[in-house]
Amino acid sequence: MGIKIKSMKYEDFKDNETLELLNKSGGNVLVSTIDNIINWGRSNSIWPLTFATSCCGIEMMATGAPRHDFARFGVEVYRASPRQADVIVVAGTIVHKMAPVLKRLYDQMPDPKYVIAMGACAISGGPFYYNSYSVVRGVDQVIPVDVYVPGCPPRPEALLYGIIQLQRKIKGEHYQTPGNRNSEPSDQQTL
Amino acid sequence: MQEEIVKNIILGEDEDYIINMGPQHPSTHGVLRFEVSLQGETIKSVVPHCGYIHRGIEKMCERDTYAQIIHLTDRMDYLSAHINNEAVCLTVEKALEVEVPERVVYIRTILDELNRIASHQLWWCAMGMDMGALTTFFYGLRDREQILDIFEESFGSRLLHSFNTPGGLMHDIHPNFQKRIKEFIAYFRKKLPEYDQLLTGNVIFRERTVGIGVLSTEDAIQYGITGPSGRASGFSCDIRKIDPYGAYSKVSFNEVLRTEGDTMARYKLRIAEMYESMNILEQLVDNIPEGDYSAKMKAVLRLPVGEYFQRVETARGELAVYIVSDGNKTPYRIKFRSPNFSNLFIINKLASGFKIADLVAISGSLDLVIPDIDR
Amino acid sequence: MDNIMLKQHLESLIPDATFPENKQILEILVSPDKLHGFCRELKSASALAFDYLISVTAVDWNDHLMMVYHLTSSRFHHLIVIKTRLESNDPEVSTVSDIWKTAEYHEREVFDLFGIRFLNHPDLRRLFLEDEYGFPLRKNFSDESRMIVR
Repeated sequence: MGIKIKSMKYEDFKDNETLELLNKSGGNVLVSTIDNIINWGRSNSIWPLTFATSCCGIEMMATGAPRHDFARFGVEVYRASPRQADVIVVAGTIVHKMAPVLKRLYDQMPDPKYVIAMGACAISGGPFYYNSYSVVRGVDQVIPVDVYVPGCPPRPEALLYGIIQLQRKIKGEHYQTPGNRNSEPSDQQTL
Repeated sequence: MQEEIVKNIILGEDEDYIINMGPQHPSTHGVLRFEVSLQGETIKSVVPHCGYIHRGIEKMCERDTYAQIIHLTDRMDYLSAHINNEAVCLTVEKALEVEVPERVVYIRTILDELNRIASHQLWWCAMGMDMGALTTFFYGLRDREQILDIFEESFGSRLLHSFNTPGGLMHDIHPNFQKRIKEFIAYFRKKLPEYDQLLTGNVIFRERTVGIGVLSTEDAIQYGITGPSGRASGFSCDIRKIDPYGAYSKVSFNEVLRTEGDTMARYKLRIAEMYESMNILEQLVDNIPEGDYSAKMKAVLRLPVGEYFQRVETARGELAVYIVSDGNKTPYRIKFRSPNFSNLFIINKLASGFKIADLVAISGSLDLVIPDIDR
Repeated sequence: MDNIMLKQHLESLIPDATFPENKQILEILVSPDKLHGFCRELKSASALAFDYLISVTAVDWNDHLMMVYHLTSSRFHHLIVIKTRLESNDPEVSTVSDIWKTAEYHEREVFDLFGIRFLNHPDLRRLFLEDEYGFPLRKNFSDESRMIVR
């Protein structure tokens, strides 16, 4: 494997099949030295945008708190402006009134940009899937998503695992085509 | 003629300069949009626009049974989730005329007060962070983790536990529960004076909060501002004293009231409420009676035909639950009168005439949680 | 004041109101045109002093709508419920926002969710939803494109 991660064995990650599939289907075949250096820089300093709609926002703040500090993984500061951010962690429910705002924020972020969908509401509508007239069922109907972190709300350790998975995904990219491979949102019928 | 046309085209004198704060903004504590019209840096008016997290919980509850509604009320005001659950449970139990065991009453009140302390800790850390003092973020969340450890040991979840059901609790508490609460009280009594040292005496903080955003008692009653924001203006509205529920009639505590009504009064009142909550916990934690953790209830609850109403005191004000039942297993209409909905709309009156940096201090001291406004 | 004395007092204010049966709180049903005057009396009477409006809401009973107001006093702490019956199509009632300021926003929410118009309201706009959307809390509301009903 071209991807080498220090200090944790390849067998200890539980989600290696996805990465193998990604590399086989559309990714690069060999990761050269210059790719290694650039990807090392990009993956170890992912700075998120302050975006929290509801309860998952509190767990995201708790991940930045002293106990489960995510500054150790490179997520050093929160940027308030989308022009300076790398990743948007969509934490919370998205409703129809908020969806255009989220799309505009995503469009304002410069490439390479990544999206983490945190919590059940952002993945698929969560507890509000049935009988609600205003919830968007899954944020991947608005913007393309890289990593899904399940839970309601997910524990801080789960969000840390999601960030590590994103780092591994970045490390497998070619430096000239960074970011999400399919940049169109999924073509399910928008509910 | 020429001068008149030119004079009308040059803007500035009679037009407002309007900027938007939000919906994505670090210090609005959620998705709320303030449309602020300015003259220089002085605010002329603030119009809040809500609805960016309106999920239709009241309509959803019309197709859920009473035990399933509990899980949705958690997500309304997630920082006092236990108190929201208790409101619905008390309404249903009053309607069915069910007597819950004493053990349940004591444990519910203990969890209420723990939730209140945790919510005020998060308020303190967010208020300091909004005003630029980032240290409060780390101190507040470090101390909040102690309470979340207690929750996790007994219920399995840190933030949204849904531990109440109509009739009692879901299962019994962990044997270590009382010991850990006593350890927490001893730990937090040493840490709370540090909060005063950091912020309360700080001269920059005092300049930014004393005399800013004054709310009179008359306005607090007219606009329905309850909770710590109302009590800081002299409006005595604590439901724990007016209409006691749970074990509040068995403990003695003070209702903290202040009269100045400015931002500093609201700040000092919440810190004093944390001390009062710890007093209540000390009185209750050793006296939990033995017994069942739940009364015997049927599997599917049907409320008798009629209307039922119950008020509780959450960390932010008065929550009222109004259930209309027509005899089925789902309610016909349920209405949540949430405290943050009433507390939000005073912001125009409080912030007009002050600078735009004061708007952040005022909305931080009102302690708004946005999903509770929109439900 | 307890419920018996309250009932006598209210009966003297409005003779033709009815008192439906309710186990928990005193309920009074008035007609929509007398609502505004009655509320003003409730607030200004010094023995009653109902100066704190807890909530304003509505219930859809398919052939009529019922407006429900919960009131209490900050001095005496007694609690009553006022109800008014409106018809289902094109319901209108006069606003109480000049008596209690908090009613201005509760009435905007009721207009948004039920479609009840309030006469003389200072600023009747929708609060949560878009302008062209229907009124979701009515019982005959259904939106196939946005709701998955279980």
